[in-house]
Amino acid sequence: MHSESAIREPLILGHKTYHDITNDIVAPIENKAPRAWYVLITISSLIALYGIGCILYLIGTGIGVWGLNKTVDWAWDITNFVWWVGIGHAGTLISAVLLLFRQKWRMAVNRSAEAMTIFAVIMAATFPVIHMGRVWMAYWVLPLPNTFGSLWVNFNSPLLWDVFAISTYFTVSLVFWYIGLIPDFATIRDKVKSPGMKKAYGILSFGWTGNAKAWTRFEEVSLVLAGIATPLVFSVHSVVSFDFATSVIPGWHTTIFPPYFVSGAVFSGFAMVQTLLLVMRKVMKLESYITIKHIEYMNIVIIVTGSIVGVAYITELFISWYSGVEYESYAFINRATGPYWWSYWAMMTCNVVSPQVFWFKKLRTNLTFTFFMSIVVNIGMWFERFVIIVTSLHRDYLPSAWNLFHPTWVDVGIFVGTLGIFFTLYLLFARFFPVLALNELKSILKLSGESYKQQAQHHHH
Amino acid sequence: MANKVVYAVYDDPEVLKGAARTLVSAGVKVRDVFSPFPVHGLDPIIGVKRTRLAIAAFMYGITGTSLALLGFWYFMIHDWPMNIGGKPSFTLYQNLPAFIPVAFEFTVFCAAHGMAITYLIRNKTLPGMPARNPDPRSTDDKFIMEVRTEENHLGAEAIVDLLRGTPALEINERER
Repeated sequence: MHSESAIREPLILGHKTYHDITNDIVAPIENKAPRAWYVLITISSLIALYGIGCILYLIGTGIGVWGLNKTVDWAWDITNFVWWVGIGHAGTLISAVLLLFRQKWRMAVNRSAEAMTIFAVIMAATFPVIHMGRVWMAYWVLPLPNTFGSLWVNFNSPLLWDVFAISTYFTVSLVFWYIGLIPDFATIRDKVKSPGMKKAYGILSFGWTGNAKAWTRFEEVSLVLAGIATPLVFSVHSVVSFDFATSVIPGWHTTIFPPYFVSGAVFSGFAMVQTLLLVMRKVMKLESYITIKHIEYMNIVIIVTGSIVGVAYITELFISWYSGVEYESYAFINRATGPYWWSYWAMMTCNVVSPQVFWFKKLRTNLTFTFFMSIVVNIGMWFERFVIIVTSLHRDYLPSAWNLFHPTWVDVGIFVGTLGIFFTLYLLFARFFPVLALNELKSILKLSGESYKQQAQHHHH
Repeated sequence: MANKVVYAVYDDPEVLKGAARTLVSAGVKVRDVFSPFPVHGLDPIIGVKRTRLAIAAFMYGITGTSLALLGFWYFMIHDWPMNIGGKPSFTLYQNLPAFIPVAFEFTVFCAAHGMAITYLIRNKTLPGMPARNPDPRSTDDKFIMEVRTEENHLGAEAIVDLLRGTPALEINERER
């Protein structure tokens, strides 16, 4: 068995056995949920219901109930779409990219990050669909034979690329997540006592046996899926950025958009993972598995991606001047000093300045501070999309058409509602699903577990 | 003599691998191993062949690429060519740059789903299938080796004797 360097910090704290890992993860599913869970799910599902009500009102009345106007024809809707898709990028990054780089710390966080990805992408997909107005015609985005002389969808359009990118990303993430869940559902199936739960988890586990060939296939599938999901993550947010970059709107027509959007997506995704995990590790007592070291690693990813985002903002600003295109220059001067100056500076402060404090080890290992920062980054990244979309549109080529955007209660209701739906789904996941990848954690226990590492050291002396 | 299955239970992957080596070197065929997580290095010992799922994924992937290209040609060039924004659709070759994103997504879509479906079918893991592991502890913390008399020249007793020489926690015999 190959061993791990003694100076590497352990990834599983305390003395745990394989059986302890099973118990720690299955017990919360088998036992009654804590009171905090009921409180949280009540609040989030009420907000979710309000959001669903707003969506139904929008569909019933038409998108005129949003604050959009002829000049600012994309605003909160697409901001929310891009924000949610961005959040959805951390899960696949953790499970696929970190798998390829053999980062073992991913094993404590990948399951819940992937769940977060799936729920975030569902929220994201809601916006373009309801933005269509007549949602019952949503299937028109697919190349289906039809009676309009067989008029096809336009494969030259980035909006159609987005349809393929988002639907591929959603279904592939779902499959990746579920394939990883199957062996863990089998563990729950074999562990729980109540016959009802045994039956339910029996169905979910698809009759998993865990024989040698099945595990070989499992590892192959995980590796190949990681290999194809990695370029997929990059392609999805690149395609989202093409929605803007291929247009001729000053402020959108930039070649740095794809890398800039991808790093922004990872940045906001990790922030949301921190928000969720910091609460979950506390409530579900997972401190042995999601350690300070895990939090620190994720904060390091936040500094790196936050700095890339910062460089992108400054490059964009510089190029707008260096290009000599007056429309381009004006778009950026207007962002910083025009009527939406506050959103530009909120974005700059939250995304560029604030993550730099994580250079201090004391701060990046402080849980309360990390939680606070994760919220700051999420706010900052929402503003980034708002700045890109609304400030670029509100003063277009025709000054007589210049206009401002004012959100209505429906804009606000749907955005807040998606937060409610997202947290409701996440709470259901945390209650009924194995929140840590049991089989993967067990496979690193004797390499990276604290007590095993200490034993190994004693043997060497 | 009735065919019998012998199960030996271990609590550590390295110990299990050692035991499997002992049996194999004594000429015994190990039928299978049930474990809570993948035991690396076990497959060559008990003679599990490398899976061809990655090759299958590649096949599904190129099928996806081909279908996507065929679709672009049919929808955009052949059936109803349109001049969109001053960019006419004359040939697939000239319009190809705009088709790359969807071609890529569709390749990934077909490779991932094709492989996932193949994986589920080959493992016989589908919704509603009953659990087939011999002991519920094999998904928790035990590593269980299965040896069948019908595949070996030795009888159940000789196999049990061999297994007693390994650090097995339990050895169970069952009728087939």
